[in-house]
Amino acid sequence: MLLEHFAEVLSVLRRNRLRTLLTAMSVAWGVFVLALLLGAGTGLEKGTEWEFRDDAVASLFVQSGLTSVAYAGHKVGREVRFMDDDYDALGREITALEHRSGRFYLWGEFQVRRGTQHSAFDIRGVHPGHQYLEKTEIVRGRFINDADILAHRKVCVIGSKVREALFVKLDPIGQFIQIRGLYYLVVGEFEDIGGEAELRRVYVPISTAQLVYHSPRRIHNLMFDLRTADLEQSLRTGEQTQRLLAARHHVSPADRRAIRVYNNLERFYKVTSVFKWIRVFVWIVGLGTLLAGVVGVSNIMLIAVAERKKEIGVRRAIGATGASIVTMIMLESILLTALSGHLGLILAVALVEWATQTFKELPFMREPSVDIGVMSLAAALVVVSGALAGLFPALRAARVDPIVALRAGA
Amino acid sequence: MTFAVPGTGNGGRGPVTTVGCQEIVARIWPHIVLGWGKRAVPDAPSKMLRLEQINKSYQSGSSSLHVLKDIELEIDRGDFVAIMGSSGSGKSTLLNLIGILDRYDSGAYYLDQHLVRDLGDREAARYRNQFIGFVFQAFNLLSFKTALENVALPLYYRGVPRRVRNQRALEYLERVGLRDRAHHLPGQLSGGECQRVAVARALVTQPSLLLADEPTGALDTERSYQLMDLFQQLNQQGLTILVVTHEHDIAERTRRTIVLRDGRVVSAGG
Repeated sequence: MLLEHFAEVLSVLRRNRLRTLLTAMSVAWGVFVLALLLGAGTGLEKGTEWEFRDDAVASLFVQSGLTSVAYAGHKVGREVRFMDDDYDALGREITALEHRSGRFYLWGEFQVRRGTQHSAFDIRGVHPGHQYLEKTEIVRGRFINDADILAHRKVCVIGSKVREALFVKLDPIGQFIQIRGLYYLVVGEFEDIGGEAELRRVYVPISTAQLVYHSPRRIHNLMFDLRTADLEQSLRTGEQTQRLLAARHHVSPADRRAIRVYNNLERFYKVTSVFKWIRVFVWIVGLGTLLAGVVGVSNIMLIAVAERKKEIGVRRAIGATGASIVTMIMLESILLTALSGHLGLILAVALVEWATQTFKELPFMREPSVDIGVMSLAAALVVVSGALAGLFPALRAARVDPIVALRAGA
Repeated sequence: MTFAVPGTGNGGRGPVTTVGCQEIVARIWPHIVLGWGKRAVPDAPSKMLRLEQINKSYQSGSSSLHVLKDIELEIDRGDFVAIMGSSGSGKSTLLNLIGILDRYDSGAYYLDQHLVRDLGDREAARYRNQFIGFVFQAFNLLSFKTALENVALPLYYRGVPRRVRNQRALEYLERVGLRDRAHHLPGQLSGGECQRVAVARALVTQPSLLLADEPTGALDTERSYQLMDLFQQLNQQGLTILVVTHEHDIAERTRRTIVLRDGRVVSAGG
């Protein structure tokens, strides 16, 4: 029987083509704008995630400095120095840890030579886990491994810019380069999406760096990542790390100047929470536009009801109940809004898809898309708003007095 | 051209026409859908309708217009009655009241022995759909629907499936001689044809009572007489008909004329 009602409503919609078209346009536009904004929002969000892609998202980074609080009999201003023991302790105590690395910086840029070629590059001593934490991509050879660390090998892994400067197009693997007068065997070359500065870097085993630069067992920074990207877990681990290292160095656990844990995941969530608000904003704007469309439909249906008073009177006289008149107007409204709303949705999705295909490298935008969940929500919303738009006109139509309707214009 | 109109003078016992399977479905269907159990088995000869001490006034601002005053009226099954009167005599109001389009203030109105008073929306709609057929002066066809769709519309509100109702509608169009115009829009039909479509629409539900408000008002004399011929034919087959008119030659072709003046029945004919 529902099919019969739809057929009846369709015949009415077909009669008022222009009106139907104009009404449909206002709703289609509302849904189009909503879907487009949501798509753009998703794109912005993914763009930000892309910006974070350089480092392991669930990573923590620990820096040391001077104490700012007197604690356990030690005075203020003592320098905290991380050592290999701390690196080992992290591996022992932090159960959620996946990869870890220390960093030993050779402060300033160093002259690196190969034959007559030379240039200044940034040198870092690291553990093997560093590769995962920085998402370093090996394009030739290998990264630093445990054997290098144990044997204090004089090997290095160079960035592609370093290779360009020293080897031009030659294969650097197996060649030697000279860093501050010492020869290192090149075992690998890497790329990094983090930018130019990362590619002008030379990694050496941390144990080698410590030895050569007269700082046995010294580590400047500690870093590690977690198996899960759960913020709660990550924050807890941050606290645990702070307490662990504070205890090992007889520092107040609240002394953030002495030991500071940077939580990349927390930073990531802070930025993405901005996008949550952008999303809320987008919904408000989009729903506002949709609401305007719905009010338009309601308005037009009210006019339509006034225009069709006589028709409604005739229908009443030949046996239509008030309920059937309400059903007719509501169905008309729902059908109109649903059809045009879905048209707007399809157009928006098509446009977003086209934009994704055409502009692969939009700044801050990546793969803008309207996901299925949002789409079905929008679709449901359109039907509900159609019902809402039709409600008042339908109730008014049900109140049409057949006598008055039939008398007028007789 | 013979056709049966059930619920008329002979108590629905005849004339018996052979009916097809679809016809049976069409007749039984509304009973199933609407739980149509209230229709009494008529005792012949019984009154089609009876009005007792009916009063009706319209409020317009502070003044009250007393339109119908103590109307007493009985109409038998199978009667063919003209209601005459000058404009403002209350004849249209009386017809609307009988057609349950309007309410009365006091008195009692029995339609087919059912008291019609303070009916709910659903019940009033059902009475209109099943007991009464309306023919209006202005035809009141829906302009965007074909003749066939217009005739089928009352059956839509009765919940008859589309195929059955279109077949029935076509049958009734044939009875008013417009089968070949079934797929024309009202705008493509002459006034006389429109009115015959309207008559077919009023008859398609097989009502007990046909109410016509100035049905010839928009027709020329020849077409008017043709319509009255049709009404007479329908009446001979047992349909009770009430026609509101102010034309004497139209009233003369009915069996009985009721004259209203200033809201009172001054002559009940006979």
